Amino acid sequence: MSESIGPMPTQPRMHRLIAEDGTLEGGIPEGLGEADLLEIHRLLHLSRAFDDQAFKLVRQGRISFYAGSRGHEGAQVGSGYALEAHDWVFPSPHRELGVHFAKGATPFEKMSHYFGRATDPTQGRQMPNHFGSRKLNIVPPSTAVGTRIPHAAGVGFAARSKGDPTVGVAYFGDGATSMGEFHIGLNFAAVFRSQTVFFCINNLWAISVPLDRQMGVPTIAERAAAYGFPGVLVDGNDPLATYEVMKTALDRARSGGGPTLIEAKVVRLCAHTSFDDESRYRDAAEAEEGERKDSLVRFRAFLEKQGLWDAAKEAELAATVRRQIDEATAEAEAAPLPAPETLHRHVFYEGPEGD
Amino acid sequence: MPKMNMVEAVHQALLEEMERDENVVCLGEDVGRAGGVFHATKGFQDRFGENRSFDTPLSELGIVAFGMGMALYGLRPVAEIQFADFIHLAYDQIYNNVAHMSYRSVGTYHCPMVIRSPHGGGVRGGLEHSQSPEAIFLNCPGIKMVIPSNPYDTKGLLKSAIRDEDPVIFFEHKGLYRAVTGEVPLDDYTIPLGEARLVKEGKDLTLVVWGAMVQLAERAVPQLEERGVDAEIIDLRTILPFDKPTLLASAEKTGRVVIVHEAPKTGGVGGELSAVLAEEAIDLLEAPVMRVCGYDTPFPYSLEGTYMPSVERLLEAVDASMAY
Ligand SMILES: Cc1ncc(C[n+]2csc(CCOP(=O)(O)OP(=O)(O)O)c2C)c(N)n1
Repeated sequence: MSESIGPMPTQPRMHRLIAEDGTLEGGIPEGLGEADLLEIHRLLHLSRAFDDQAFKLVRQGRISFYAGSRGHEGAQVGSGYALEAHDWVFPSPHRELGVHFAKGATPFEKMSHYFGRATDPTQGRQMPNHFGSRKLNIVPPSTAVGTRIPHAAGVGFAARSKGDPTVGVAYFGDGATSMGEFHIGLNFAAVFRSQTVFFCINNLWAISVPLDRQMGVPTIAERAAAYGFPGVLVDGNDPLATYEVMKTALDRARSGGGPTLIEAKVVRLCAHTSFDDESRYRDAAEAEEGERKDSLVRFRAFLEKQGLWDAAKEAELAATVRRQIDEATAEAEAAPLPAPETLHRHVFYEGPEGD
Repeated sequence: MPKMNMVEAVHQALLEEMERDENVVCLGEDVGRAGGVFHATKGFQDRFGENRSFDTPLSELGIVAFGMGMALYGLRPVAEIQFADFIHLAYDQIYNNVAHMSYRSVGTYHCPMVIRSPHGGGVRGGLEHSQSPEAIFLNCPGIKMVIPSNPYDTKGLLKSAIRDEDPVIFFEHKGLYRAVTGEVPLDDYTIPLGEARLVKEGKDLTLVVWGAMVQLAERAVPQLEERGVDAEIIDLRTILPFDKPTLLASAEKTGRVVIVHEAPKTGGVGGELSAVLAEEAIDLLEAPVMRVCGYDTPFPYSLEGTYMPSVERLLEAVDASMAY
């Protein structure tokens, strides 16, 4: 490359607050008290236990499909915990389980969704994983990845023009960054200084396609430079770090500072979905290595080092969560399917229904 | 009552709706400072401010998707696609995102937005400034679609589209923009979506038309009369959902139907209308439904006169129908 072209953009530094062994490297983010830390821990467990249950239900033929969040929880729960109730979330069509829970979805609502029941907030309209809820400001996704990214920019513009503090937040995977919508969404948000946060959970794979097939730069975060707003790289297995970067980005958006792109790096600890056989393309060592970095292991070690947690409490939490999910499963499975005569409803607007 | 051309009627409808409801916002390429390449949003930025009428980055997908986010949040965006030929770039956004939002969310989220776009040929625009892409939305549940043919209807229908809770695609024939003038009241009137207009009563044959083809049909009237054919002319106005009762009633009355549209024949709106007539009115018909359409070619530049439906081609179809 000719010297005159100048240097490549520098790569962002990886933001991290908790080391892999649970040692606190930075400070606990402002505003997080003991109760918050324990709640984050509970949400991590809830997500993981839900995940385990859902895969089991697919194997048993009781639900048709599931895309796991195993390995993504640190990024989902940490960032989700920073959201206000009035913030709008555009989840990806595959994951964001921990964000749904952090936003207040109940295991029963989530299970109803997987069983396609009338008690699903969107009444079984969408295939599994496309969860949405009006009362929680979670917009049900379209399956084509990345296509909701510009909507978060539009919401962020509308909120700003109405003088509301609401932030539009788009979640998406690394594969989705190759979509035109990624570029267009970030570009529009930059031009209009939308109250928007773009949160990419980079699990290094888009089904079987590795990251270096999506882009010619090492990080997604550095691509923000091309749009003129900050790009932040964060360890997605560190719930405190993902909370902090998300909180900073939300505050920035609310105060008129414009959008932020966040890249949370995680390791996918499951196949892409219940349909996928990852042994065909992925070295098992990657997931094994990933298990060591698992946010659940790390956060528990952190809480123990802080003197907030012990084995007995862990066992009690596990049992409580297990019971909630079993109950939610039974209740949801027993709930009715949507009535056939509802098929034709809401093609055109009839007023809201459901949650 | 003031006289206006089509684009002035568009401007007037937008102006009145922006004054009525501060949530109505116009966006698109050259919409803001320049007031639109056809002047549909002229003066709005000065009058209503930067947040109410603005230029976007050059991306049709972005205009629709950003507008959809605005609509979800409670604004009433009127998104301009500078030429209908570029609406294809936003197709997934319109089909899978905008149109399906109400259904997928059982009405808890919805997109009250208008996507306005100049369409149509005969303006020496070649392949990508001439298309009439209405058929590609015909198979899209959740969208409404309007194509007005005169200034009075344009204002009334556009106001209805803006107030509608559903997304509406509003195609404006750019060949008519300055070619057709008519009286447009300044008071607040609307024309309901889904209702066709009886342009001319007749008893022998029904011409089903919309957009610029309405004028074509009217131009053919003297020659039809010379042939002794008393044609009924129906301006469909709303393509989705179209006015089936009016179509069927006219078919029953005349027994003969000729459909005229600019878009290519294969897979065009005329096919769907013909199918409805075959399904629900075959016993009432005295001749096969005839279609006079653009040819199954891309839209040509130099040969656009040959491509476009003409009075001659219309008369040929009428003759064939009457002789059947
Ligand atoms: C536009 C589009 N093309 C193809 C697919 C099929 N598909 C589903 S998930 C997926 C990979 C997505 O990868 P990424 O965005 O990295 O998210 P991840 O699933 O890894 O969280 C593909 C190709 C899709 N959903 N959308």
